[in-house]
Amino acid sequence: MADLRVEVAGVPFKNPVIPASGAFGFGREYEKLYPLSRLGGISCKGTTLNRKDGNPPPRIAETPAGMLNSVGLQNPGIDAFIEQELPYLRTKDVTILANVAGSTVEDCIEIARKLEGTAVDMIELNISCPNVKEGGAAFGSTPQMAAAVTKAVRGATSKPLMVKLSPNVTDITAIAKAVEAEGADAVSLINTLLGMRIDINTRRPVLRNNTGGLSGPAIFPVAVRMVWQVANAVSIPVVGMGGISSGKDAIEMMMAGASAVQVGAALFADPYAPLHIIDGMNAWLDEKGIGSVREIIGTVQPW
Amino acid sequence: MSITQSLYPIIRKQNLARGVYDYTVHCPDIAAEAVPGQFVHIRVPGFQLRRPISICGIDRERGALRLVMEVRGEGTEVLSRINEGELIDLLGPLGHGFTLLPPEKKAVVVGGGIGVPPLLGAISHYGNNGTAITGFRSASAVILQDDFKAAGARAILCTDDGTAGERGFVTAALQKLLESETPDIVYACGPMPMLRAVAKMAEEKGIVCEVSLEERMACGVGACLGCACRTVKNGVEGYSHVCKDGPVFNSREVVL
Repeated sequence: MADLRVEVAGVPFKNPVIPASGAFGFGREYEKLYPLSRLGGISCKGTTLNRKDGNPPPRIAETPAGMLNSVGLQNPGIDAFIEQELPYLRTKDVTILANVAGSTVEDCIEIARKLEGTAVDMIELNISCPNVKEGGAAFGSTPQMAAAVTKAVRGATSKPLMVKLSPNVTDITAIAKAVEAEGADAVSLINTLLGMRIDINTRRPVLRNNTGGLSGPAIFPVAVRMVWQVANAVSIPVVGMGGISSGKDAIEMMMAGASAVQVGAALFADPYAPLHIIDGMNAWLDEKGIGSVREIIGTVQPW
Repeated sequence: MSITQSLYPIIRKQNLARGVYDYTVHCPDIAAEAVPGQFVHIRVPGFQLRRPISICGIDRERGALRLVMEVRGEGTEVLSRINEGELIDLLGPLGHGFTLLPPEKKAVVVGGGIGVPPLLGAISHYGNNGTAITGFRSASAVILQDDFKAAGARAILCTDDGTAGERGFVTAALQKLLESETPDIVYACGPMPMLRAVAKMAEEKGIVCEVSLEERMACGVGACLGCACRTVKNGVEGYSHVCKDGPVFNSREVVL
């Protein structure tokens, strides 16, 4: 049994596997299947200042080795998160990441202030949602804007701050360096890649939003590449995600430079995916005689 | 109520009509919990997303569920090639089933095509007090008529081309029935225009109507918010989710 504990920006995780924001709600549904305490952490559904309805359906389309979604940040708002979800989650003995998505910089500041003094262990600032018109990926599309929103939120919170980056940019390392310079304690990547499917019989996009975010095994190699590039460009920790569905995928992502991993689309094929990934990592580490998962972080030896 | 996910053996497979397969799966833990109107989420080898399939029958004694599915695309095509004796990965039971009144009440189910199977479980509850109005394209697509009769229900069959039963849509048959009878509840599952028409007829008569919806779905448990449908609750319009709040909704609270 290897030591699976990791730390990201001073926040301890009992193992490196965290269900990704948007795939796991606030944990209530999956708790019917297994205790949340077995997870490294939970990245909660992206939460905005006010309740948000999300996009019209269809919101889901299947793709080769993956899927598109255009949920559009449907959520009950930050007050409902703090009053109705957090009291339940804090009893579950699991590290809690609040995923914050503002449509303006002012919104992001206000949400961060509301989270001060709560049981949230870490803020994950989402500057990369591809499915909303305001804020979202627009914040994450240039180093200047990413820096500005990070600086504003940094000034509004004493909690560890992780910024979630979009892959839909020319140079993700420039964005990562910009948010590091403004005080981000960690970065998480990648959010979904912007995609589209068309029903050739109706000539209509499958998604009512026309475009959506691509996730699943199809994007795993892109995610590994971007995590590797970012890990080499910044000195803050990186949390890697994008198409991880097995323990070996998670090991690969950590070798690329991730200190922990998030798991999203894999939950839809296998609701127990996070637990199977934890078991798979443990088995691989034992087989190789590696005592701690921390020993593999960033150990890829590039040609 | 607990949800289970596991591999379960298919103990019987039948081909009911072209592209329509009837599976009996031995899954005692799911069968013990399931109620009519709920669904199971089936993993398809090689595909990212599970396929939601409604429960057609629940046999608690044998610990078995009956699932009737139609080949609609590549995923259901793969499912249709899984044979008797092989294993199938089910997650369930999921969602919110039909509201069942005391069995002495009068109930009518109205179903179109592959919307028919989930209605069998609901109408079986009412024995001789049930009526099943079901519609299909033509005689070759007709399924489950003997099962409705065996459950005690009066079966009114409609086909679009008149090759079996009455010629015409289920809505016309329902209209006719409502001229002489007032059931206590109507359950409907099928294409959206059919659901709209059935709900309108029931509401005009002041009869409770429940509709079973479908939508493109990911998690199946209410976490990802993918399978949204428009609903009105306490006068406020917003999105509910077919997997958790449905698939069965009161017709008055869903925007069809």
